[in-house]
Amino acid sequence: MTGIPMEHGLILAVILFSLGLAGLMLRRSMLFVLMSLEVMLNAAALAFVVGSTAWNQPEGQAMFLLVITLAAAEASVGLALMIQLYQRFRSLELHEVSRMRG
Amino acid sequence: MMMAATLLSFLLPLAGAIVLGFSGGRLGPRASAAIGVGSVGLAALATAWALLTFSGDSQGFTLWTWVSVGEFQPTMGVVVDRLSLVMMSIITGVGFLIHLFAVWYMVGEAGITRFYAWMNLFVFSMLVLVLADNLLLLFLGWEGVGLCSYGLIGYYYQNEANGRAAFKAFIVTRTGDVFLALGLFLIFVELGTLDIGLVLEQAPRVWAEGSVTANLAALLVLGGALGKSAQVPLHTWLPDAMAGPTPVSALIHAATMVTAGVYLIARLNGLFLLAPDVMWLVGIIGALSLLLAAFAALAQTDIKRVLAYSTMSQIGYMFLALGVGAFDAAIFHLMTHAFFKALLFLSAGAVIISCHHEQDLSRLGGLWRKLPVAYAGFLAGGASLVALPLVTAGFFSKDEILWQAMASGHYGLFAAGLTGAVLTGLYTVRLILGIFHGQPRSDHARHPRPGTSPLRHHLPLAILAVLSTFVGAWLYPGLEVVFPPPPDDATNAGHTLFQFLATGAVLAGLALAGWLFLARRRWLDAKVGRGLGARLWILFNRAWGFDALFDRTLVRPWQALVRVLRFDFINLGMNLPAVIARLCNAGLVRSQDGQLRTYAKVMVFGATVILVGLVMTQGGGA
Repeated sequence: MTGIPMEHGLILAVILFSLGLAGLMLRRSMLFVLMSLEVMLNAAALAFVVGSTAWNQPEGQAMFLLVITLAAAEASVGLALMIQLYQRFRSLELHEVSRMRG
Repeated sequence: MMMAATLLSFLLPLAGAIVLGFSGGRLGPRASAAIGVGSVGLAALATAWALLTFSGDSQGFTLWTWVSVGEFQPTMGVVVDRLSLVMMSIITGVGFLIHLFAVWYMVGEAGITRFYAWMNLFVFSMLVLVLADNLLLLFLGWEGVGLCSYGLIGYYYQNEANGRAAFKAFIVTRTGDVFLALGLFLIFVELGTLDIGLVLEQAPRVWAEGSVTANLAALLVLGGALGKSAQVPLHTWLPDAMAGPTPVSALIHAATMVTAGVYLIARLNGLFLLAPDVMWLVGIIGALSLLLAAFAALAQTDIKRVLAYSTMSQIGYMFLALGVGAFDAAIFHLMTHAFFKALLFLSAGAVIISCHHEQDLSRLGGLWRKLPVAYAGFLAGGASLVALPLVTAGFFSKDEILWQAMASGHYGLFAAGLTGAVLTGLYTVRLILGIFHGQPRSDHARHPRPGTSPLRHHLPLAILAVLSTFVGAWLYPGLEVVFPPPPDDATNAGHTLFQFLATGAVLAGLALAGWLFLARRRWLDAKVGRGLGARLWILFNRAWGFDALFDRTLVRPWQALVRVLRFDFINLGMNLPAVIARLCNAGLVRSQDGQLRTYAKVMVFGATVILVGLVMTQGGGA
């Protein structure tokens, strides 16, 4: 299997991961924070896939399945929590939900 | 029989104090007064019963052994002889009348239960003091009366000045008590016992007359007596103690507690006779106190302070008598003084309450028609105080003291006593004229509200007024049995001549007072207003500046020391770890701001640092 070199795939993964990380740090809405997390997970998963393709190893594909499952579980739990939070605070803005006083 | 009566006399006030003290506010004012006055009244009856059944000999009995450590076995024991019976009669009899008057005086005051509880506890402690058969139990009563005095001076505790006056009384008398305690230690070490009878028996065997140890023991005991009896130089607390309610001043600071020092020295007469130098000192201190206080009494404007200095002056007479060895005369004067000074204080209380708590001489005046009962009380008490010849109790006792001083050859002390008699006349006349004559000088004095209750107001004053006349002098049983004979025992020649002299001094004082305060009033006011007169007035008004002296030499240096110790430098080192921990805590708290994004940033930053570090080391290693 040829065509796309491994470096390109990895650069895409790094770009995706950085976007996710930036979103995690900069967004105020919890919904976008969760989406940023998903993006980061997918970036990591993409890196696995690229790696396994390049070296013709199946473990990367298996790891991808695991990561997707994890992401699904994380998204469901995170969304459920978010619904609860929204019902309680009527907002998903992180700074409004924060109740801890240092 | 007599023992049962004696026991009752001091257990009843104790029971009253316990019931009142532990009632916790459940008793109303009427019930409190009933218990407080009733217990002392019953104690007075018990004392009367003890008097009737008294056989004439000293009787003692032991309740139980208090402490038993080797040789040291003080008991809870009482001894009843003529001296303690006289003291008991004064304490319960005069005490009962004062309690009765207090019902009228204290009506409507807050915390009345506390008042009666302290008063009853005081009567109990004072009885323990005079009945104790050993010095340790006596010391218990001695400290007990001091405590009650503290509690009652500070009765109106919401005013800070009263609390300070109570502190002052407690601390100054405590200074004396330290000496007394040291004296007791010395007596125990030297004589091996604290039993009063045994001490008096053994002291002449162990100590030679005038030996250093005997002098030291007597001196230490004298220190305690000076503090309690407000004699120079431990007298400064007494005028301030007038912050308490007037019945308290009458009972504690005139009739009983302040005379405890006189009782102590009289009780330990054998010890003092072994120390002639200390006896001489007792006489000198008495003379000094009586003169200083009499001058101070001349220049007071508060009627209670006049009476306080007068009390100090009269106790000076008692010390003078003790100093010349006339113990009998000292106790005689103690008794008559208890009568007439209690009367004066209660009459002053009647004036104060009637005039809406006005006790400033410059704001009273012209009350004699409106407050006839108080006026009569002041006249009877004042006459006895100045020792008006033949008709008053004070004359007989003071005459005895001065006669003994002269007969024993102490002409200096005698002269001081005679001068004191003139001064007594001066300040007494000034006091009575200031309160009752002339024009009323304030609205309170213009519209007094005289006491009307025959039982609670008139009766105590009337009984004490009768006791202040020669009737009171008749009641004195004579204590020749208890005391060693006075120095003049054999000679009685010249007594009549002497009495004319004493009478002359009294009449001269009264005449001088009448002339000064009635005929030359304006001239006197002008003299006192400026120049030397004004300076003398300030000197007398401040009682010769003892307060200022002690304040400069003792109180302020002590307070400065305390302030220094408050910033404890060792403690600073101890606190250092705590300060550091708190600083670290403050730093870490700032990092926990509860913002998720901050945490994410910090985590990313940390992860980046680690990654970069790993890459660098890997690169370096490769």
